[in-house]
Amino acid sequence: MARITRDEVEKVAALARLSLGDEAAERMASELDQILEYAQTLAQVDTTDVEPTAHAIPLPTPLREDRASPPLDPELAVANAPEREGSAFVVPKVIEGDEEG
Amino acid sequence: MSTVFETLSELSHKLASREVSAVELVTAALARADATQSTLHAFAGLRPDRARAEAAQADARRRRGEPRSPFDGVPIAIKDNMVQTGEPTTCASRILEGFVSPYTATAVARLEQAGAVVIGRTNMDEFAMGSSTEHSRSGPTRNPWRLANTPGGSSGGSAAAVAAGIVPAALGSDTGGSIRQPASFCGVVGFKPTYGRVSRWGLVAFASSLDQIGVFTRSARDAAGLLELISGHDPFDSTSIPEPAPELRPALDGDVSGLVVGLPKECFVPAGVDPGVLAAVRDAVAELERAGAKVREISLPHTRYAIATYYLIATAEASSNLARYDGVRYGRRARGARSLTEMYERTRSEGFGEEVKRRILLGTYVLSAGYYDAYYRKAQQVRTLLRGDFERAFGACDVIVTPTSPEVAFELGAKTSDPLAMYLSDIYTVSANLAGIPGVSIPCGMLRGLPVGLQLLGPALGEAVLLRVADAFERRTPHHARRPESSP
Repeated sequence: MARITRDEVEKVAALARLSLGDEAAERMASELDQILEYAQTLAQVDTTDVEPTAHAIPLPTPLREDRASPPLDPELAVANAPEREGSAFVVPKVIEGDEEG
Repeated sequence: MSTVFETLSELSHKLASREVSAVELVTAALARADATQSTLHAFAGLRPDRARAEAAQADARRRRGEPRSPFDGVPIAIKDNMVQTGEPTTCASRILEGFVSPYTATAVARLEQAGAVVIGRTNMDEFAMGSSTEHSRSGPTRNPWRLANTPGGSSGGSAAAVAAGIVPAALGSDTGGSIRQPASFCGVVGFKPTYGRVSRWGLVAFASSLDQIGVFTRSARDAAGLLELISGHDPFDSTSIPEPAPELRPALDGDVSGLVVGLPKECFVPAGVDPGVLAAVRDAVAELERAGAKVREISLPHTRYAIATYYLIATAEASSNLARYDGVRYGRRARGARSLTEMYERTRSEGFGEEVKRRILLGTYVLSAGYYDAYYRKAQQVRTLLRGDFERAFGACDVIVTPTSPEVAFELGAKTSDPLAMYLSDIYTVSANLAGIPGVSIPCGMLRGLPVGLQLLGPALGEAVLLRVADAFERRTPHHARRPESSP
């Protein structure tokens, strides 16, 4: 039985904001299925009452004094923007509807 | 006078005695990088003018008798996933085309403060996802020992640059073996420190709980010297261990008598490993025994689950980290989209390569509702068991020895159509990242004309004992001094 279907691959791709062509979606489904089949080996491990590890070297969250320090220069912050207006990032229109905005 | 293939320590002495100038060294490194670029393709970009200017400043400091450190003026290279002010960083990806960094990574800044001169950025697998440096936007890097073969990955450009004598040292990053495996394939030293030992500030994130910056060098002594410089607490990285940089060079006295070397029985089974690699590693263990070390069999019972655990955790973290590439704040944006969602989708679909997309999809899937417990949480639990394996093992030994890779450098294209086969070749390296412990690959022999790597693993913060063993092994064997004859 397939662990991941082509439909699921396309659903996950939409969540990750990726669009795959037909051919790529087919191929990814078969490759991911193979990888997930391999990952099933973990089901053999008894993990009853085992705490999950998120970080191998656990540290308490470090705190610093709440003091202002110089921020990144706004000019530098937008210098890499593909499209900008002054110190703002420009994106395609977000709100649907009225063509003239 | 040729300084090609000299170690950092040798160059440092020659600079101190004025036998050679920083400008000469940096000019020679740039020339060799240029001359080998069409064959090796070790670099993603060079910074000739700035590097020469920095070298001239280093020479001026030496003339005034004020060198910043013994490494003032030595040429080095950094992997193309570490940022440097005013320089591009692409992670070998189309999606970061045009990005120029407004700041410098802490590890790079500490090298600059010591006067080291960055000559350029080395090629890599896109976003460090790969084991062969074939998944690069600008094309693969080749192995200096045999141009038809890969240098390993993902830090293949850094490994090739050191192996081909372009630079004496380079920085790399290691998420599942990306320093140690290419070091093994290219016959150089590759050291991954304890997680949190070196700041990740300015290292482009792949899998944040596994990523660690480390070094490629031609000797254990050079690795120790560089690690002393780049290690130590950094308030800009909240996972940075609040300890000062360790003193490592005092451990390099050649004495390993009484040290206990653990051989995990799970790593010495013949299945899936080249018998020639196992033989070379066994010879190396025998050499350590002759040097006075004691050898003991140990067990890491969850080793067979390491690859699955690693690829579930690494891809989950990657899918989250790579969400930031959306064409809004930096990098390349797809043209002509009419809505924000369409702009995101087209930017990401055009900007990411196949392997990166595969991992984002896998990571998104294992984090999604309904699969989270079965895959992601399960992997995190097995990660706990893997850590426990090492804790028990280091109760019975000082260092663990394994092969670095089950094979020597494979041919270009051998695994690109089989992602799972590529993943399985990381079997010996991923556990150290999952457990957060330090590891080093050192040259231990040759097989069919290609280098074999020996991996040493130590307990958390045990960098010194690894370097002690690596250095003692170098003193007794010729392997680290071999150079690729066919190197262009």
